[in-house]
This record gives sequence, C-alpha cells and structure tokens, in this order.
Amino acid sequence: MGKTLAEKILSEKSGGEAKAGDIVIAEVDLSFVQDTTGPLTIRQFQASGMSGLANPERTLVFIDHAAPSPNASLSNDHILLRDFSRESGCVLSEVGDGVCHQIVVEQYARPGDVIVGSDSHTVTAGGLGAFATGMGSSDVAVAFGLGRTWFRVPETFKIEVTGEFQKGVSAKDLILHLIGQIGADGATYKALEFHGSTIDKMSMSGRFTIANMAVEAGAKVGLFPADEITRKYLVAEGRGSDYQPLAADADAEYEKTIKINATELEPTVSRPHTVDNAALAKDLKGTKIQQVVIGTCTNGRLEDLALAAAILKGKRPAAGVRLLIAPASRRVLLNAIDMGYIKDFVQAGAVILPPGCGPCLGLHQGALGDGESCLSTANRNFEGRMGNPKGFIYLGSPATAAATALTGEITDPREVM
Amino acid sequence: MLKGRAHKFGDSVSTDHIIPGRYAHLRSNLPELAKHVLEDADPSFASRVKKGDFVVGGSNFGLGSSREHAPLVIKMAGVSAILAKSVARIFFRNAINLGLPVLICDTDKINDGDELEVDLEAGTVKDITSGSQLTLGRIPQVMLNILDEGGLIPNIQKHGDFKL
Repeated sequence: MGKTLAEKILSEKSGGEAKAGDIVIAEVDLSFVQDTTGPLTIRQFQASGMSGLANPERTLVFIDHAAPSPNASLSNDHILLRDFSRESGCVLSEVGDGVCHQIVVEQYARPGDVIVGSDSHTVTAGGLGAFATGMGSSDVAVAFGLGRTWFRVPETFKIEVTGEFQKGVSAKDLILHLIGQIGADGATYKALEFHGSTIDKMSMSGRFTIANMAVEAGAKVGLFPADEITRKYLVAEGRGSDYQPLAADADAEYEKTIKINATELEPTVSRPHTVDNAALAKDLKGTKIQQVVIGTCTNGRLEDLALAAAILKGKRPAAGVRLLIAPASRRVLLNAIDMGYIKDFVQAGAVILPPGCGPCLGLHQGALGDGESCLSTANRNFEGRMGNPKGFIYLGSPATAAATALTGEITDPREVM
Repeated sequence: MLKGRAHKFGDSVSTDHIIPGRYAHLRSNLPELAKHVLEDADPSFASRVKKGDFVVGGSNFGLGSSREHAPLVIKMAGVSAILAKSVARIFFRNAINLGLPVLICDTDKINDGDELEVDLEAGTVKDITSGSQLTLGRIPQVMLNILDEGGLIPNIQKHGDFKL
C-alpha cells in the first residue's frame, strides 16, 4: 500500500514504516517560538533539565506578535527572548523582520522537513511540502532540547480541486469555502492533502494561504506536493538546493476525498465568530465595516498586496473606513515598495504597519471599538480576537478586503474590478 | 476519584475565550493572567470556580491558538479536569502536557452546577445531581503515560528523554 505525504515524511523522519494511527518519534528539522509563546517555552526548557539546544542554527525565536512592543511587560518578555537567543546560540528574528511563518517559508522550510512551532499557524509551511504543525510551549521546549518529538500519524483527507478560478476569486476563497463545508472541527487530528489541476497551477503564495488555514478546520497539517512551482520558488528565494520533489503515492489510502470545482467558487467571507460560518460576499452586501486589514501570515505576501493595490490604486476608502496594511515580512515590504504598491496604498489613505502580526490577535495596532466590524484577510475571527469581545470580524480575500474598503460595506470584488 | 461541580460552557470555546490575546502582556505574570480565565466565555467564572471543579464544554473545546497558557490558567483555577464532547488537537496535547486531564464524553447530559464524580481508572463520570452515568472516551496510552507523571516536563526531568 502506498503512502500519503504525511506517512511519507513521518516514515523518513522516524526511520520506520509510519502508517496512519501509529505513534512515532520523529526527528525535528526546525523548531521555533514567537514572542507570546516563547517565554513559557524557555521556562519549560529550563525546568526540564535538558542541557542545551539539539540544533541551535535550526532553532528560531521570533519577535513578531507584539512588534514593536506596546508596553513594558511585553518589552521585558522580548529581553528574555534576546537573552535566551544569545546564551543558547539559537537564531533571533527581530522587530520588523516579519511574521514567523513567512520567514520560515522564505528562509528555512524545505520539502520533507518536520517543523514544529509554538504557534498554531505553523501549518503554513505545508505549502511547500513540510510536515509543519503547531504545538504548545512544553512540546516545543522538548523539541528544542531533544531535536525530536512524538506524533500520532494522521489519517488524510484528499482535497481534489479542479478548474480555473473566476476573476476576483483566489486561494483564500477556496479555503474559506472548504472550511465552511467541513466545519471548524471537520478535520480535527487529520492531515489535509491538496491535489488536482487547480493546485498543480497554483502559486506558492496561494498554497501558503491555504496551508495556513488548515488548522482552522482542526487539521494537524495542510500538505502540498513539492513540484516545479516549489522548485522555482526556492530558487527565487536563493535556496534552490533545498528542493526535493515530493508527492504522495498514487495508491495512498485516504480517509475521504473531497472534490471542489474551483470554477464554481465565488468570493467568500467568514462571518463572526467562527471561521466555518461562511457566506458569499455578495450576500453580505449592506454589512457596514469600520476597519479593513490587508496582510498577516495568511494574505500578506506580494501577490496579495498586488491584488489589493490594483483595486485601490487612485481611489480612496469610503468615509469612516480605516485601512491597515500589514506586510508579512521585511522582504515582502521591500518588494512592495519596489513595485509601487506601498505608494498606491499610502495615496489611497492606508496606514502601513510594520511587518509582523499586526492587528490579527488583538495585542496592539487596530483593536476594535465596541460594536465595530472589521473585514480582515487574516485567518481567525473568534470573539475577542482583535482586542475586544464586542467587536465583529469578517474574513475574506485581499480582493474582497480592498473592494470593501472602497465601499464601506462588505463587497464582492467583481463589482469594482 | 475526582469530585466537584460542573461549570457548563457551549460549543467552540476558543483559546481566545479562555485567555484573550489582549492579556498577552500578563503571560510572564501568571497569577494576574489567571484572573482572566475564561473571561470572554463567562466573566463570572474566575470568581465562582472552586478547587476540584470541572470545566464542561461542548464540541471542539479549545480551538485556535497553540498558547499553552489556555490550559495553564484553567489548571491554575483549581479545575481538576475538562470534560467535552470533542477537543481541538493542540489544546488537548497542551492540557495533557500540563497534567490536566481532558476527558471526552457526551456532555449534553451534564447541566451547569451538577455535582460530578469522575473515576479515571474506570473511565466513568457519575452525575450525582441527575443520577446519570457517562462513559469516557479512551485517552491514547502515550498521553496517559505523560499524564501519570504529571505532564511532559516532569516526564523529561525524570527520564531525560521521551519515555512513551
């Protein structure tokens, strides 16, 4: 019997035959924390009695969630992280470098890697064929010290996507549609594995958007094959030698297959307060929005900013709408400056936030007021997420977000394109 | 045998309900952080919970973030176990890693305020108030081993490596 991508990678990294349902101990190729989970990870690491890092140059500490810090307590956490990095020899990513998940896919993740991060959106690197998953501080602390972790090998759902996207529809609409279909716990403990002609042609940016949100269906990983598009991406990032082709076996066993016709998809929005509360953008017309966020680890890449800039260039947001742009990394920001998108955004009245998590998790920058609604390209719309349990968060694509900024109400981007 | 009162919550209690991101500045001051446990699901929970009580959720309890602070503040509140119809993956692993049992059962049969008696070895929950008895889902052996030793870090302290 053939293997799924998850079984293939975990077999390779555990040195045995890993089949769905098995418990394995796997080598960890990359482990990381960010500034809201890192301090506890360091304390757990120090309490564990482990002597040092198993692999310092593949152990990363990111300051991205509260960057720059909004208060003294978080600044003190940042000092703890900097001290730990210096003393342990691990790699530090500083304020302004960008979101951990984006930097991991730009600079570190390789097809076939096992990656654990103390952040649920670690799944993003599944877009280039890494078995990448989020864990808590204790698990990542142990991965720091032992260079290994244990997994239950997940069963896999095969997601087969065929057909061309219509104009105004992108990877974000596809993943919001899928989560709406299977539910926020529809894939709990499972792997999602993406196949089909739409996926074969999809850019890495789109693959990362989809992989990033696999956890919003409860999944352990969202895996894509490593193919020619992956190779070109790694070459462009200056690390072509990290490429290896990776595909599931043709006779792999799947728990179920879900087929999606991309041509039938329309701009999709998740309504408050769960990601599976999906609706079509056109059916939410009239829903007033006070803040629009474009960016984050879900949709803060150059391709996303290009889509938004094309809609916003030469225009202004509707009265009463705040427009925030959060590029996913310094590299993305520099490229967006070179392409002229940042000028387009600023001329359109936007606020450019430093590369990082921005307003996504309610720490700083763009907290909602009572009763306010936000259309965000981020990945989560839970009650209280953006700093206020009395706020309302809608999730959509960069095109939907840009169109919504122009009208001040949730808008199908096809109306303005 | 664990005994205590049920604090009943609905479906999809997220890590943002349990400990919102806006309190991230308190994560290095755990006693202060713990005062906000489950605040966005029930603002009165922190003042009502007593040592030994149970948090009883519906489906997909603990969905969302990897923040281990979520099960940690529930444990710090004195809760002896979480009961739910289903639980999100990262939260489940985090709770067990902290030595906090997460037990799967049909929580529809439990009402807020019911007195419960949980027998971990027999795998049963007795609802003393309603008189009903529920069967617990099986926790994978590897997680029971971690739980038995009080969590993952104590396990590593003791063995210096995974002892699964």
